Amino acid sequence: MDKVTGMLEITGLGHAYGSHRVLQGMDLKVSQGELVTIVGPSGCGKSTLLRCIAGLIRPSEGKVVLNGTPIDGVPDGLAVVFQDYSRSLLPWLTVRDNVALPLRRRGTGKAERRAQAVRALASVGLDDAASKYPWQLSGGMQQRVSIARALAYRPSMLLMDEPFGSVDAQTREDLEDLVLQVHRAEGMTILLVTHDIDESVYLGDRVVVLARNPGRIREELPVSLPAARDQIGTRAAPEFVRLRAEVGRLVRGGAAKDGPPTVHEKPVR
Amino acid sequence: MADQSPSPGLSRPGKWARGAVGVLILFLASEALGRADIVDRSFLPPASTVTARAFELLGDAEFLHNVRVTLTAWALGLLIAIAIAVPLGLLLGSVPAVNTAVRAIVEFLRPIPSVALIPLAGLVLGSGLNMEVPLIVYASCWPILFNTMYGLDDVDPTAKETLRTFGFSRLQVLLRVSLPSSAPFIATGVRLSAAIALILAVGTEILSGFGEGLGIFIAQAGNVPDGTRDVLAGTVWAGCLGLIIDSVLVQTENRLFRWHHALRSGAS
Ligand SMILES: Nc1ncnc2c1ncn2[C@@H]1O[C@H](COP(=O)(O)OP(=O)(O)OP(=O)(O)O)[C@@H](O)[C@H]1O
Ligand SMILES: [Mg+2]
Repeated sequence: MDKVTGMLEITGLGHAYGSHRVLQGMDLKVSQGELVTIVGPSGCGKSTLLRCIAGLIRPSEGKVVLNGTPIDGVPDGLAVVFQDYSRSLLPWLTVRDNVALPLRRRGTGKAERRAQAVRALASVGLDDAASKYPWQLSGGMQQRVSIARALAYRPSMLLMDEPFGSVDAQTREDLEDLVLQVHRAEGMTILLVTHDIDESVYLGDRVVVLARNPGRIREELPVSLPAARDQIGTRAAPEFVRLRAEVGRLVRGGAAKDGPPTVHEKPVR
Repeated sequence: MADQSPSPGLSRPGKWARGAVGVLILFLASEALGRADIVDRSFLPPASTVTARAFELLGDAEFLHNVRVTLTAWALGLLIAIAIAVPLGLLLGSVPAVNTAVRAIVEFLRPIPSVALIPLAGLVLGSGLNMEVPLIVYASCWPILFNTMYGLDDVDPTAKETLRTFGFSRLQVLLRVSLPSSAPFIATGVRLSAAIALILAVGTEILSGFGEGLGIFIAQAGNVPDGTRDVLAGTVWAGCLGLIIDSVLVQTENRLFRWHHALRSGAS
């Protein structure tokens, strides 16, 4: 075996829920400081993949190695923005306390926790919601709170599962740029799952396209756009347009070529 | 925030009004029955006499002392029950192996009516607080225990996983997510237990027959000719204590668990 160069190295990863096979034979390397987007049809196992990496489920095959050590349980320095953002916030804590809670585990002092929480909330445009409760906010605002919580934690690796699903178009663009900025400024390694083909190209240093039944990697496409991106210029660049078409073809073509149609999409219980 | 009324279609003042009407009708009926001389007055005194006596008792130092003794036993028993049942419920609810091991014992003990244990407790533990408190603890543990376990079942797995990914240990997740999330269920259990504890406190005193306490006051009043008035006045106070305790607890729950009600009403 050659020396591990990547921060995250997945080999032969497969997972089945009972007899329902979800992931098969996945190999993926993510280097320190890389932003990889994962795009694929609904139900292809994107969330399952993230949960394996986060150490929340033990994959039935293969291994996940992080910084040279195989993960067993939840690795340190990790943050996850869950797809079920609203259920991942604690309703009895204010928005600020929700954001500050992970810092408490690290032993950060109270004043510092508050300051970081307020800063993170400001970065997602929620300055004035700090002392509200999560259930007093709209879905999109709750989603931004869970993003702020992950950012305040300053993880070395950030996993995001469709993090912009329920925000409006303008906020979505702002949050995409925020992720890019955090990625560049702090060198954070980010794995971001999305449904949105444009978004996967706009954000990614590399786009991983998944196929389903069972979930596997169809193609990995390096994105040769310059690191500095902006919503208008980048989306008009010929390279962007070419990549978008290519990813679109892979996702759609993949879905059409996949074996049996929707029968296997839901687990049989 | 909209007012949360538990029974739909009936506003809070409406409920109070109907409750007051019910009490008034009962009062008038018993007043009429008492005054009609169908039964002997010393046997069933009219409601006004009983109420007057109940108020009079408020100035009676000995009676107040009795009430204080009963409330002490009640509070002590309930607090010990919470201290036992909540940790036990957390343990049973989160460690399946312990749960299966203990289940048989629980299933055997639970159907025994606590009141049936009073004579046994009298034999083994003697009298006074010594026997009263353990009985209260025993009887009040059950609702708290079961509600704690039920509450744990209801905890959102996503919330637990979120804290685990931020590096909190399983014990920390239990204390920071599962416990607060089950707290509204536990509080309901405590409220049920508070009523049971009061029944047990007064009941044990009545059956043991000597010593101090509201139950003793009631039991001894029954031994004197013409004592029905005092028995009833004492009983009125027992009922009022139950009512006051319950409404204080309901108010506290509503204030503490606003998030719980908000989520429930939002989700359905
Ligand atoms: N806990 C579970 N138990 C059994 N089956 C599951 C479980 N979680 C997911 N599945 C099944 O595994 C498959 C992949 O699910 P997963 O959530 O990983 O897909 P996804 O790509 O994230 O989908 P989406 O884009 O809709 O979020 C689906 O068929 C789903 O029904
Ligand atoms: Mg998913």
